[in-house]
Amino acid sequence: MSLLEEELQSEADESHGAAATSPAALTAFRRGASGVIVPIITTVIAFIAGGLIVAATGHNPLTTYQSIFNGTGLNWLFPWVSGSERATAATNLQQTLLNATPLVLVGLAVAFAFRAGMFNIGGQGQYIVGWIVAVWIGSSFSGMPSLLHIVFAIVAAAAAGAAWAGIAGVLKATTGANEVISTIMLNWIAVWVGVYCFQLGGPLHTHNPQLSTTPVSNSVVAGAKLPVFWGSATLQGLDVGIFISLALAVVFGLLIKRTRLGYEARTVGFNPDAASYAGVNVGRTWIRVMLICGAFAGVAASLDILGWKFNLYTNDIQVSQIGFYGIAVALLGRNTAGGTVAAALLFGALLTGTSDRNIHLSIDPTLVQYLTFMIEGMIILLVSTDVITLRLLKGGRRIGIAFKGRRNKEATASQDGAS
Amino acid sequence: MSVGTIAVTPSRSVSPKQVGIGGIVVAAIAWVITIPPIESRGMVPSIVLAVIAVAAGAWSIAGGERKIGSEAIVVALFAVAGAAASVNSATATLESVFTWSALVAATLRYATPLVFAALGGVVSESSGVINIGLEGMMLMGCFWGIYGADLLGSWVWGLVVAMVAGGLLALVHAFFSINLRANQIVSGTGINFLALGITGYFLEYHYGPNGTPLNISQVPNVKIPGIQHVGFFGAAFGSANLMTWIGIALVPALTFYLFRTRAGLRLRAVGEKPRAADTVGLSVVRIRYWAVIASGMLAALGGAYLSVGFVGSFSNNMTNGRGFIALAAMIFGKWRPWGALWACLLFGFGNAMSDRVSSVNPTLGTLFEALPYVLTLVAVAGLVGRSRPPAADGIPYVRE
Repeated sequence: MSLLEEELQSEADESHGAAATSPAALTAFRRGASGVIVPIITTVIAFIAGGLIVAATGHNPLTTYQSIFNGTGLNWLFPWVSGSERATAATNLQQTLLNATPLVLVGLAVAFAFRAGMFNIGGQGQYIVGWIVAVWIGSSFSGMPSLLHIVFAIVAAAAAGAAWAGIAGVLKATTGANEVISTIMLNWIAVWVGVYCFQLGGPLHTHNPQLSTTPVSNSVVAGAKLPVFWGSATLQGLDVGIFISLALAVVFGLLIKRTRLGYEARTVGFNPDAASYAGVNVGRTWIRVMLICGAFAGVAASLDILGWKFNLYTNDIQVSQIGFYGIAVALLGRNTAGGTVAAALLFGALLTGTSDRNIHLSIDPTLVQYLTFMIEGMIILLVSTDVITLRLLKGGRRIGIAFKGRRNKEATASQDGAS
Repeated sequence: MSVGTIAVTPSRSVSPKQVGIGGIVVAAIAWVITIPPIESRGMVPSIVLAVIAVAAGAWSIAGGERKIGSEAIVVALFAVAGAAASVNSATATLESVFTWSALVAATLRYATPLVFAALGGVVSESSGVINIGLEGMMLMGCFWGIYGADLLGSWVWGLVVAMVAGGLLALVHAFFSINLRANQIVSGTGINFLALGITGYFLEYHYGPNGTPLNISQVPNVKIPGIQHVGFFGAAFGSANLMTWIGIALVPALTFYLFRTRAGLRLRAVGEKPRAADTVGLSVVRIRYWAVIASGMLAALGGAYLSVGFVGSFSNNMTNGRGFIALAAMIFGKWRPWGALWACLLFGFGNAMSDRVSSVNPTLGTLFEALPYVLTLVAVAGLVGRSRPPAADGIPYVRE
């Protein structure tokens, strides 16, 4: 887990650099900066590569990217955009943030596992069981007080996600089953359980007689819907879910850095044998970490359902790729809270900007959607190793090395060697 | 453990492990007797057998074989549930689900793409490179295979183009895993997304919204003259696809290559002890490169079977997770070709069953879709602890 080592190393450096102006502090500052710069350069490279493919197939990458950008609604931030264009931009930006809301949490679900040295490919399955439970609770109990109902649905979805991820954690801790395989299997089981629940004749299929031939769930009752604070409440305006999401990102940061579990998780991620020798119960840590990962994914799903989706089609379950986006988000965000939020915004924007309704220029919208996958693939590939981007940064890095103390020299060696 | 414990342990002619395995077999029989051709209509024999299996499992656990023992108990529980399901179904229903010849034929159909990809996984991981990008490499073969067959007018060329495409994507994985020493699981995940993007993009670019044209040259089925019309064998094996037979033939071939030839032993040496292999003059980098590329080509053939071999068209994300199943099959099969084949056949059987069940009861059929994954989960939990991946699997080699 070279990424983890690097991450822990850079963190250690940061904390050591508290006494300012020392050479070590200077290095720490540069290293901290490269923690931001490397992902940015990675993203830029991926976009350029995507642009090359667009160009190679006879389209103009600049107008394509401009169209995607406008589709994301980020042009709302420009004061000169006005009138109907501004209204469209606002709607698009709400979409972007709606997309980013669950991505932050699914990203955290992957990131926390990474911190503990595990690869949670199961964000997808944990998210799907969260979906199932959230839509089930949200569409039942119609007499419940609104706030209670919302909290109930979110907590239940979190518990479902946690239980689902917990299976993988328990199997790893007790039998040594590799979590990569078990979470992949759990993803597929979740998909088919979901399809089973909401298909025609399934146990949770809608009671609405008009939808008797549509494989869909019941709709979430009015009381369980999250309040919308920006845009239309009926046409997918932005709901308060995003604040829950951001708050949980802060919780994640505190959990990692300020709690015993976070410390133990990082220790286990760094070296399970050493952690065990130091008295950490490795198996228990794995289980707890997976439970929390699953809870994050479950909450993500509930915010989706209670915020704007309101019902669930079997097709949604079968085509959803969010767990895999979560991997990209976590990796690009370097498994930190802030990084994950930033990466989730990027992917949320990319998803909105490339959806068909937002592309109305020279290029076929379907092509642009696949461009998202390619860019995402490039980003994941590039973050799997930092060597490429680090080499680009080499010029700046050399200056840093001149100031480095012995400990930091070792750190650089291990970073460049192991990544 | 005290001396006393050893003293009271009687010397056994059978080990707890054998008893546990026996328990698993008995548990399976508890279910098998309720389906055609035996079709026991009462629960009693099944329950008796299941109880025996549970007892064997418990004894096995007491004897120290915790995993095998619990496996036997779990299988016994599944078997009782299965037996209850069959006993409570009408005979006609049972016979329509368990039309064995059709089940076998469908099992082979479903297993074929998995076999190629799982063998690809075996090659790559034997050399020490984890290949979670099998899914993406399959998808590349799936699309570029049909593109090649369409463009060049023959399924043979389709397969060639598929292998080239899968090999190229594998080359990317090799470059990242071997040269850049990337986290192989992460780069494999990237590979999968890249393939999803590339195939979707070029499907749209070349064929537009109408999709791939009809009447593209397809891999033929092999009509075996002797048994083609001979009852069970005819229906089960009489007209299987050429690629099914190639896939099955590859299993002994690959076993021979990996365990009996010089090149295969070298490949495994690199996966087990790269430093030692390097010391005696083998090029770890070159051997791993070829292994990863070969694995991409095999996975691509598996993908091409779906498009060029079976359906005759390509649709977006057509492999739909089969690469991951192949990966699981490889692990289930303990990183060995034969093991991978049996695991693929088991998964194929699960798919085939779910098809048959769907035709009788669509709602239940959906749940059966999940069965292979549940089985894998149980198996991975029970078996993988004892099987061992190649020692250097997933560890980038740094020359000193």
